[in-house]
Amino acid sequence: MHTFYNFVSGPLTWIAFLLFFGGSFYRIVNMLFLVNKKEKFIFSYMSWRYSLRSIFHWIIPFATTNWRRQPVLTVITFAFHICLMATPIFLLSHVILWDESFSISWWTLPDVLADVMTIVVILGAIYFLVRRLSQPEVKYVTSASDYVILTIVAAPFVTGFLAYHQWFAYPLIMCLHVLAGNIMLAAIPFTRLSHMLFSPFTRAYMGSEFGGVRNARDW
Amino acid sequence: MPEPSKKEENEIVDEGIDVGVSRLTEDKIQSVINSVIDAETGARLKIYVDTCIHCGLCSDSCHYYLSHNNDPAYSPVGKVKQTIWEILKKKGRVSPEFIRNAAIIAYTQCNLCKRCAQYCPFGIDIAYLMLVVRRIMHKLGVTPLYIQDTAHSHSVTMNQMWVKGDEWPDTLQWQEEEAQTEIPNLRIPLEKEGADIMYSVIAPEPKFQAQLIYQTAIIMNVAGIDWTMPASVGWDNSDMAMYTGDNEIMGRLKRAHFETAERLKVKKIVMGECGHAFRSVYDMGNRWLGWSMPPFTIVHAIEFYHDIIKEGRIKIKKKFEQPITLHDPCNVVRGAGLHEKARYVAHAICEKVIEMHPNREHNYCCGAGGGVINTGPPFKMTRIEGNRIKAEQLFSAKTKGARVLIAPCHNCHSGLHDLVHHYEIGLDIKFFGDIIYEVMEKPELGREGK
Repeated sequence: MHTFYNFVSGPLTWIAFLLFFGGSFYRIVNMLFLVNKKEKFIFSYMSWRYSLRSIFHWIIPFATTNWRRQPVLTVITFAFHICLMATPIFLLSHVILWDESFSISWWTLPDVLADVMTIVVILGAIYFLVRRLSQPEVKYVTSASDYVILTIVAAPFVTGFLAYHQWFAYPLIMCLHVLAGNIMLAAIPFTRLSHMLFSPFTRAYMGSEFGGVRNARDW
Repeated sequence: MPEPSKKEENEIVDEGIDVGVSRLTEDKIQSVINSVIDAETGARLKIYVDTCIHCGLCSDSCHYYLSHNNDPAYSPVGKVKQTIWEILKKKGRVSPEFIRNAAIIAYTQCNLCKRCAQYCPFGIDIAYLMLVVRRIMHKLGVTPLYIQDTAHSHSVTMNQMWVKGDEWPDTLQWQEEEAQTEIPNLRIPLEKEGADIMYSVIAPEPKFQAQLIYQTAIIMNVAGIDWTMPASVGWDNSDMAMYTGDNEIMGRLKRAHFETAERLKVKKIVMGECGHAFRSVYDMGNRWLGWSMPPFTIVHAIEFYHDIIKEGRIKIKKKFEQPITLHDPCNVVRGAGLHEKARYVAHAICEKVIEMHPNREHNYCCGAGGGVINTGPPFKMTRIEGNRIKAEQLFSAKTKGARVLIAPCHNCHSGLHDLVHHYEIGLDIKFFGDIIYEVMEKPELGREGK
């Protein structure tokens, strides 16, 4: 088990971070090259003002018509995404690892709060699963890949939660947690989790078209 | 989920689509699809498809989805699933039967109104994806018969309605003579080089709504506008080729239009109350020709009326008495932000304006736009049943007292007319021009256009 732990938390983590940062960089640069090659006109419509105007409306809960129309989803999706990103970055145990390995550290979340935030992510994932299974308009467009990416995202949090509380076989769970985290990081650039990378760009482009050409609000 | 409406569609016979499909093989389909995808699409298609998280949040934005009791096959993303996703997944190797269904979806179950772009958290442009499907269908020769006929007309005559060369100036002269009974020295100036404004219309106006040209002539004359119309091709600003996927003809049409304005050395182009023509001139055709924005200032009739009323160039004798409600046409509201100007005009000429909800850039489409009404009788009920939600909105405006519906767009006008009749709503439908003509001060002798 120790050997396995050393492997997942050593080489595999290096690989996961490389894939995450390298892959993200590659996908974004690749997109920009593709725009430059085939749809260069897009650059001439891009506007900082209208891009940011659109992005800000959509990253604020209830600031858009559709967020207001879906209050439950809005609360859950914002809570889910905020906790999803903040918990791993500001978790005390994670920061300790950074400190031990590279002597860098930053502000951390109190453990109890981090625990609650983990539960929020898990409940959010369950909500999205139920929504996929029960809402006809979501079910209709759901494919196997949607369940896969939901599992990829939920797994590090479920295992992290179990590991923190040291339920079941702690060493195994810990290994699985590190493995699941690595898989999630590596999967972001190469699955539709890449909406994390691309959504600011798609939003900015639509915001620019609506603001600069269509003189209308896109929220 | 049962999809009764889908079953009915399979019984629709559209000769353009069915004959086109009968000529297809999977090899041909694959090579055409891949040529379009490789040569004509890029980051947008790829990123939109890779980014969509299949959340279904666009569904509520679509009048087809709402009108079919939330049938997911009619949601924007549902239509993408049945077309582009499958095409990309199979790398273009899809069956002729698949193409038939995809053509029906792209041409008749989406008005390209872009309301879904306002509801997608990522701003994915689903109308663009449907236009890619239409482009593929055009290249496969699978276009609905009626709209293809108008595209043929564009190609042959450079106007939408097979109006022959001599019929155009003839119609203008006829309307000029008619209008002279009201204002004896009125002219419809043809080919006047250096005029301030070139006025362009869609071909249905000379073809069967010539009174609209008459009304415009009166308004222009009374307002003392220095205007002209071309006697050559280039007078028609409409563009159904844009909606069949025939971008090459779209480009020819817009080039003729812009070059005519250039030849006449006018300062700007004012166009009649039409939405799709505005989209073609202001948004799509100009881009095809390489202009990020149109090479001329394009003024839609709503803005033109707004300006001449605000500047006091026409005076209102007595406001229109019957309560009106105002339809926001997608192409000039979500497409150009003219909703407040439309309201300024409506309040300036009418006693009472009753709002429909949702309105402004969140309006529901009329169901006719995007070339859907131009697919003709085979798909009339697709359009009417697909927009029950708009009928409910109209009915609600009626119960609040509205008697007249102003629709400042030709396609909206005709589409709403069908809704009002089918659902027995009982609203009169008018253009702004109809009402302005009726309520404006008309001096005995109009000022002659200078």
